[in-house]
Amino acid sequence: MENKHEELFILIAGRSSRQGTSMNESKFSKDYLEEIGTVQVPPEDMIRLGLVSGDLVCVRSDFGSIKIPCIAAKEKELPSGLLFIAYGDWSSRLMGSDTHGTGMPNSKGTDVYLSKVGSLET
Amino acid sequence: MQNELKVVSNATCTYCGCVCDDIELTVENNHITKAKNACVLGKAWFLNHSAGEGPVARIRGKEATVEEAVEEAARILLEAKFPIVYGLSDTTCEAQRVAVAIADWVGASIDTTTSVCHGPSGMAFQGVGEITCSLGEVKNRADLVIFWGSNPAESHPRHWGRYSTMPKGLFIPNGRKDRTVVLVDVRRTKSAPAADIFLQIKPRKDFEVLWILRALVKGIPIAESDLADTGVSLEQLLPLVEKMKSCKFGVLFFGMGLSMTRGKHLNVEAALALARDLNEFTRFYANPMRGHGNVTGADNVVSWQTGYPFGVNLGRGYPRFNPGEFTTTDTLARKEADAAMIIASDPMGNFSQAAREHLATIPFIALDTKETSTTRAATVAFTTATYGINVPGTVYRMDDVPIPLRPAFESPFPSDEKILRALEKKILQMQKQKLEASN
Repeated sequence: MENKHEELFILIAGRSSRQGTSMNESKFSKDYLEEIGTVQVPPEDMIRLGLVSGDLVCVRSDFGSIKIPCIAAKEKELPSGLLFIAYGDWSSRLMGSDTHGTGMPNSKGTDVYLSKVGSLET
Repeated sequence: MQNELKVVSNATCTYCGCVCDDIELTVENNHITKAKNACVLGKAWFLNHSAGEGPVARIRGKEATVEEAVEEAARILLEAKFPIVYGLSDTTCEAQRVAVAIADWVGASIDTTTSVCHGPSGMAFQGVGEITCSLGEVKNRADLVIFWGSNPAESHPRHWGRYSTMPKGLFIPNGRKDRTVVLVDVRRTKSAPAADIFLQIKPRKDFEVLWILRALVKGIPIAESDLADTGVSLEQLLPLVEKMKSCKFGVLFFGMGLSMTRGKHLNVEAALALARDLNEFTRFYANPMRGHGNVTGADNVVSWQTGYPFGVNLGRGYPRFNPGEFTTTDTLARKEADAAMIIASDPMGNFSQAAREHLATIPFIALDTKETSTTRAATVAFTTATYGINVPGTVYRMDDVPIPLRPAFESPFPSDEKILRALEKKILQMQKQKLEASN
């Protein structure tokens, strides 16, 4: 059942080692699609929101929304209130097209809303 | 085709902007089986590129000859009113030059992946100036190295070991022990444990912190309240300022954490201005951490040819530079482009939704070595050989040093340069025919 409770976070999209290595196999490889299609959430926020790794969450910005699995970030890597997605198709859907006269859309530090969609079926 | 075992020494890795040229490749049956000295990203780059299979060219998904595809590509570009040529970060300078020429012949906008990477940095260089040095100078002289908005452990794994923190240098005889390494980021990334000082700033506060550092360097009093909501304190910044002013050779490497977030070029301007200010006290530099292997080459080539590094329109017969007007994300999202040629990049995988949606509606050509979302959606798609693995040429390291490629084995596919030269020739032929027909 979808949980309508949304909470404001700041999304950071960036590179990861696994994204970089798997991209070289193929941008359609399981590893690559999994890496760019997972959102990392700070452990304390996972607990507070009643999430466990693998749960499906909705991440919504003013420009789009995605539903992807979440995973707890490594301890102390992400401060509370920050999310991380390895840069790619999914994170780009949350990105606006306004470049503010620079050619570069804001793709880091974007305000997004996170809500639980459902638990991962086993 | 070679089937023997061979070793290629001093091969050049073009995965990231480090462009390491000390890789030893073992090639067996047109497949690289070992890549000595390569980092995890470089190994993945080399070991996952084999000779390749499949059609060289496709038109609307169906296999075609190169000649047919080149003719269709030329027609697409010549019939367009506002064509764009984009990409170029993963190909040789030799191919990039031909792409610029094609853009000139058809009156296109020429833009590179710089515009969605360090384009804002390019704008900042124009505004403040680039206080730069080579990576060799960093290796031999730098005793203070700051990384701001960059995670080298995952984006440039050999940067530390080869250039910036670990190696012994002429004036850094003890290597890492003679250096202070500072990391500034919003996340405690995998790079943090390797730094002596880690400053975790709040997101979207880079400009504020950099500007306050400028003030502290100049001796302007700063109150703790000025740092409210930045995530850092005077207690943390004052010692850093002292280190920056008293070092012998300092360098600030900045990444996407500055150029992709609120402020963008203003964040980079602040970093460059800080480096400039510090030259009143010592030698201090600010260098961008460039991403793909030859994005720096693209900046250089487009600059030689047009006078500007990216986001250039040639539609009036002379170059006009205006980020936000002629950059590709914008010309696609505003639905201005009516045709495109995408070379060695994947905007269908990385651009904003509005830009991707529009790109899917216009005829476009794609050149790439592997299948991507962009090649799948292309009207005309060419599979090309991989630079640095199959194709020789020149690339530029992140510090603007040109480096030659030493390919490992031949490919059944043509190089980007070969396809682009054929396309240029066809465009000129068709333009001449049209002119003759109208006379």
